[in-house]
Amino acid sequence: MSAPWATIRFILNGEPCAVHAPPMKRLLDVLREDLRLTGTKEGCGEGECGSCSVRMNGELVNSCLVPVIQAEGATVQTIEGLATNGELHPLQKAFLACGGAQCGICTPGMLMAAAQLLDVNPHPNIAEIREGLAGNLCRCTGFMRIFESVVKAAANESTSTEEQAAHAR
Amino acid sequence: MTTHAKTRIVGTSVPRKEGADKIMGRALYVDDIEREGMWHGATVRSSIPRGLIRSILYDRSIDWTEFTVVTADDIPGQNIIQLIVADQPCLADGKVNHCDEAILLLAHPDKHKLREAVDAVRIEYDPLPPVFTIEESERRNPIVWGTDNLFKSFLLEKGDVDSVWDTAAHIVEGEYRTSAQEHLYIENNGVIAEWNIETGVTVWGSLQCPFYVHKSLLSVLDLPEDKVRVIQTETGGAFGGKEDYPSVLAAHAALLARKSGHPVKMVYDRMEDLAATTKRHPSRIRHRTALDLDGKLLAMAIDLATDGGAYSTLSSTVLSRATLHSPGPYVCPNVRVRSHSWATNTVPYGAFRGFGAPQAIFAVERHMDEIAAAIGIDPIELRRRNFLHDGDTTATEQLMRDPVILDQLLDRALAESDYDAKRARFARENPNSPVKRGMGISAFYHGSGFTGSGERNLNSLAGLDVTPEGKVRVLVSSTEFGQGTNTILTQIAAESIGIDYDDIAMAPADTGIVPNSGPTVASRTSMVVGRLIERAGLQLVNLLREHAALGKHFTRDEFFAACERYRALNGKVESLCRYEAPPDIFWDDQKYRGEAYPAFGWSIQVAQVAVDTLTYSAEVEEFWAVQEVGRVLNPALAGGQIEGGVAQGIGYALYEKVLLQNGHMANNQMTNYIMPTAEDVPPIHVFFEQIPFQHGAYGAKGIGELPHDGPAPAILNAIRDATGIGFRAIPLLPEDLFAELAAQLPAEEPSAV
Repeated sequence: MSAPWATIRFILNGEPCAVHAPPMKRLLDVLREDLRLTGTKEGCGEGECGSCSVRMNGELVNSCLVPVIQAEGATVQTIEGLATNGELHPLQKAFLACGGAQCGICTPGMLMAAAQLLDVNPHPNIAEIREGLAGNLCRCTGFMRIFESVVKAAANESTSTEEQAAHAR
Repeated sequence: MTTHAKTRIVGTSVPRKEGADKIMGRALYVDDIEREGMWHGATVRSSIPRGLIRSILYDRSIDWTEFTVVTADDIPGQNIIQLIVADQPCLADGKVNHCDEAILLLAHPDKHKLREAVDAVRIEYDPLPPVFTIEESERRNPIVWGTDNLFKSFLLEKGDVDSVWDTAAHIVEGEYRTSAQEHLYIENNGVIAEWNIETGVTVWGSLQCPFYVHKSLLSVLDLPEDKVRVIQTETGGAFGGKEDYPSVLAAHAALLARKSGHPVKMVYDRMEDLAATTKRHPSRIRHRTALDLDGKLLAMAIDLATDGGAYSTLSSTVLSRATLHSPGPYVCPNVRVRSHSWATNTVPYGAFRGFGAPQAIFAVERHMDEIAAAIGIDPIELRRRNFLHDGDTTATEQLMRDPVILDQLLDRALAESDYDAKRARFARENPNSPVKRGMGISAFYHGSGFTGSGERNLNSLAGLDVTPEGKVRVLVSSTEFGQGTNTILTQIAAESIGIDYDDIAMAPADTGIVPNSGPTVASRTSMVVGRLIERAGLQLVNLLREHAALGKHFTRDEFFAACERYRALNGKVESLCRYEAPPDIFWDDQKYRGEAYPAFGWSIQVAQVAVDTLTYSAEVEEFWAVQEVGRVLNPALAGGQIEGGVAQGIGYALYEKVLLQNGHMANNQMTNYIMPTAEDVPPIHVFFEQIPFQHGAYGAKGIGELPHDGPAPAILNAIRDATGIGFRAIPLLPEDLFAELAAQLPAEEPSAV
């Protein structure tokens, strides 16, 4: 990390943000250390567990594998930006109702993966849910109640802000 | 009786107490917490499995004045982690007994500087010969622990097995092996320690048992009880992996904090956590079983050995539970279990969900299918003929006083899984398909709560208080790590007092605030601690009726008004209850006889598997778990416990292999230690039968560990059904399947399309 520090600008949870950091610093560390958004978790540091999942430019990424310089000019959404105007995302409500979270450490990443899935495919079948969440490890639930949460959220989401926004575009 | 009474809150799926914080990313885990002036700590570890430390060299490329360095010489108290036997040093002093043993600690304000510094400390050793397996340890050459390499042994005897062998119609023998398993909680072990000359040491951490850590710190730091405070932070999974290990890590961070004068955070990365922390004990279990002509058990001789690793930690109690679960849920007049836990030069094995039972149940439940095949009886029928019923006695001569409904659970499991029809269909289809399908079952119990006299010795204290702000607080050291402690205890408190779920809060799991309600282990929290909270709630209401004019029926506001009247008279509103053993519990620790557990959870599990004879992969296609765990206090949480335990058990059977090279875990990464993903876990169908247990909170028994006990034997039994091959060791990976299947089932060419 001998490269000079850089100022990197991106849109974070809908707000412009600028950080001064080594360009190769992991986006995960920038979020957690520089921006004090600790909802994004580190589980393995090598892109296997998905606990650090965030959405960047409409894609799901492992923030432990993204040098912050790659976020220059990007749109980044973390768990802290999933609820809008104090209103929980339908997935958050469903995880609460169905028991989709147990210890909670994988939950932020899992929710980001599920939100990404529903944005791309608002009514996934079970195989598509399994595939969509395959990069996010949960050791507590055995995944059953996570799948149930996604199904429930998809059923309730026809009026969600995401979809309205998608239609508006 | 309360256990049969209609309840408002208990028995419903209220949302998880801390759920909102978790789904919003607001819950604070230890790595999310910063303290003013905080430094970071790291550990220099042994690179050899056994040897003497000749010298410690510090590379001059590092400016060591920036660092705080702690060695065994800096320990003010005893260099011992207090658990059961005082054999494990906090920091290696002169010798090491396993790879990755902590030798030296470093702290620095910038955590990114620590890795280089750790690499710049060079340890020179005089190596000694290590032992790595049960067999090597049994040979007692070399001796690597104590005088005989033996941590603990038990002998459990009922009747006289030796009187039976000569006359039995059938004798069936088998040897079964299980490997280590990693907990793989997604949050690694971590703590923050802060030192203050006035107040002593405070530790925040991801942990299960605040008072275990408290006890360990007292002795390492040589401090009085009131100068050590341990606070659990939100804990991202534990499964037993944060039962004993946090005592080590907390001591390390506290030593660094004491010497540096700064708060010190130590959070392991995945590679360090996998390499250095505890895992499930490997086992080798031999069965020799005598049966009569009708397939009734006459004698079971069981020789059980576990690999305990380099220090004894919890090996003796794990061995105890393995011993007590090894004969399975069967009636047998003559039983002898000899069990031993051996020392090896690997990282100490420790607590892991099931605590010895999954190993024991793997062996006995695989063995039942081998017996069935050997004597020509259907495996289901063999089990039915030998199931325990109420009125029978177990191997410890514990009389089954409460209903035992294994037949009913089995009927349900067979019906729900459509077992017979599927088995028949697979038998028809398999010969013409490269994919061989099969069905397998496991039948088992899991003892709820501490073994034998354990709960009596713990003497737990728990209760409730009421804050002036109008909240009832649950006062327990029992911790939440996903399994639902907060929610269940809140439900019980609200129910027993007669107020709402939202009127109850959990007091922080802080040894400075809460009484010692015992460790959060052994599937004891709902049953034992829950019962204390139930009693404390009833006691509080009685207190308020007697001394604060609370009416027979009351509203929420009347309740809190009465609390304030009581506070005006007594200064505080508090109701504490101490554990009382059920009156009919008796345990003889010497003879290993009597009431081994106050209650048992019972379960039948069914696995449907597909073995692909072209790729040598085995896949669980569907899974059924039917159980009786007393009253179900929260159906959503209970279902989640079963599903999670089954998934972890599937990993144990087919995915998870700890690969040791020269005593070091070689695959200490998530890329090569593989757990089941969302695409691997099959549909899991969960069914409860409910028989309230009169000594558990609102009829509850233990639940958390039970589901992990059965998947491995059920799956390997299903693979036997599919392929005709009885595999006797787990994990069973494709290469293991290949070794057997390639020899026995020449793979057919895929038919032309």
